[in-house]
Amino acid sequence: MRFYITMKTALGALRRNVMRTLLTTLGIVIGVAAVISMMEIGNGTTIAIQRTMASIGANTLVIVPGAVSISGVNQGSGSKITLTPQDADAISKECPAIRSVAPIVRARTQIVFGNRNWVPTYIYGTTPSFLQVREWTDLDKGEAFTEHDVRNSSKVCIIGKTIVSELFDDQSPIGKEVRIRNVAFKVIGVLHRKGANVMGMDQDDILLAPWTTIKYRVVASSLANANQSTTNTANSTEVNTLSQIYPNIQQNLYPVPSDTEQADSPKPIRFANVDQILTAAQSGGQIPSAIEQITMLLRERHHLRATDVNDFNVRDMTEIAKAMSSTTELITKLLLCVAMISLVVGGVGIMNIMLVSVTERTREIGLRMAVGAEPGDILRQFLTEAVVLCLLGGTLGIVLGRGSSYIVSALLHWPTAVSVGAIVAAVVVSASVGVIFGFYPAWKASRLDPIEALRYE
Amino acid sequence: MDLIELRDIHKTYYLGEVDLPVLKGVSLNVARGELVALMGVSGSGKSTLMNILGCLDHATLGEYWLDGHEIARLTARESARLRNRTIGFVFQSFNLLPRTTALENVLMPLTYTKENLSEHQMKQRASNLLQKVGLADRIDHQPSQLSGGEQQRVAIARSLVNQPRLLLADEPTGNLDSRTSEELLQMFQQINSADGITIILVTHDPGVAKHAQRVIHIKDGLIENGTGQPKPGDAA
Repeated sequence: MRFYITMKTALGALRRNVMRTLLTTLGIVIGVAAVISMMEIGNGTTIAIQRTMASIGANTLVIVPGAVSISGVNQGSGSKITLTPQDADAISKECPAIRSVAPIVRARTQIVFGNRNWVPTYIYGTTPSFLQVREWTDLDKGEAFTEHDVRNSSKVCIIGKTIVSELFDDQSPIGKEVRIRNVAFKVIGVLHRKGANVMGMDQDDILLAPWTTIKYRVVASSLANANQSTTNTANSTEVNTLSQIYPNIQQNLYPVPSDTEQADSPKPIRFANVDQILTAAQSGGQIPSAIEQITMLLRERHHLRATDVNDFNVRDMTEIAKAMSSTTELITKLLLCVAMISLVVGGVGIMNIMLVSVTERTREIGLRMAVGAEPGDILRQFLTEAVVLCLLGGTLGIVLGRGSSYIVSALLHWPTAVSVGAIVAAVVVSASVGVIFGFYPAWKASRLDPIEALRYE
Repeated sequence: MDLIELRDIHKTYYLGEVDLPVLKGVSLNVARGELVALMGVSGSGKSTLMNILGCLDHATLGEYWLDGHEIARLTARESARLRNRTIGFVFQSFNLLPRTTALENVLMPLTYTKENLSEHQMKQRASNLLQKVGLADRIDHQPSQLSGGEQQRVAIARSLVNQPRLLLADEPTGNLDSRTSEELLQMFQQINSADGITIILVTHDPGVAKHAQRVIHIKDGLIENGTGQPKPGDAA
């Protein structure tokens, strides 16, 4: 009841001078509108930056097999044969923090078209989701291969712009056939240009094909080769019958391990393995949980005991992720500073007008005290007035800020995103500006001497 | 016990090094239901006495008992509460809130009471009072739309809204013409006799003072004619 009356009195006092109320609150209106629109435009910018960062792979996690030692010679990261395509499927099914997953089989060899040849930086056997992981889904020409092609080991491929210019003189390669180790691949799509990555590697120098095709028809070995991009070891002759159909022409550079050595490090029996698994986290913030989920899942799938070390490694793009988070943080802080300044200016305006108002209404204050208002009542009344003024400004500011960010996004095509946090913060901040800057005038009013105040002209 | 008992009230203003004694030992009793006029020329100390009577100011020396409360011991909050519940004020310059309707002006003191009245009860009480002072048809008018006499009647309604025991009127007719003054003074007499509310009229006008049952003259900070006590049999 008391609150209701105080509220009504404050509203009544504000209504007595509508024009001045509006002008006073303008400072807060502009301040809050600035906060809201800046936050929304800033949010949009952050999202745009995150999208750009994601396209260069900020959210990418690479899972590579662990290292294996043969006769005390460590074969380096990726030499263990532990990752399978089924691991990739399991990750995409069971890790909620992962957006998409693509297994990768690598090869490094010559490709031939007509009388020209070229060795691409990347020959990747993968699944269509590779393009989702790398955010590369919109093709320049043609279309991507499908899951169906992967199951069928179809001899189709999509190629990057560099290969187009090297082999086809920038003519359309769609429907043409390139040969990779005497296997003819039909080109069905051309990737759009991505340029070099942060390490200076040309990302357009790439050929993508179904991993089954690369695995069984090109590399033509499965269990024996830990890592197709390094040289084959001697064991390529065993197990896989497909290798006889597409003979392996590489030389054995390393000595053949003896029977004892082979018995010491038995090869796990698996249908197929992949060289690495490429995954993309849902967002930059989910990378740590994604790593955790992948690690738990793969340890379980690989039957590792608690004491065993991981037989795989999960790598994230720490550097890029750090750059991303610091950039967005910087933008947010900058906008916050701007917003704070405008709100403080607005608050000073409120204080100024409240002081004028107290002086102007000295007689009223005296009268209210004479009829029994306690100093606390007067304080509450003026404080309520200031807070109502600020909240009014805050509300108008939210509307104005939403409106202006809408106009900005409609006319300038800047990305904006609604920020509920900014709206809540604007209301809280404008109310506290009211309390902080309204307190001094209200306190001054409550300390007036009723006799003096009644006599005041 | 009388409603008002003043015992040897002194009030001195300290202006730098000069002491300015305004009241020099005022003793005064006002019984419940009296209509008293407090007369004196300007500078005689009647406004200061009025402020002390209205609990707006404390005496430098002396005792003031109002309705059984010793005023000098009250804190600012307590005296604010006492003013709200026990005293009604009518000022020379009306002191109505501008751009606020007559009804809301009358309601204003009620918002500071600790009584829990519903809004409807408050409005009922305020409009009854406005009716009583003859302004039933002016309830929604703002002060600027009212004549001086009407404004002062709103002020009287406002002073009565908390059902006070004491009404302090400081030159209530000072800004009004003689006919309106006469009407208002009759209203004061009527309030006094009908509701038994004690009224103190502060004035310098003998024409006003003659409406009172008793006139107290104050001169140079002292009660002049020794009528500080109610006439026997006068009190209601």
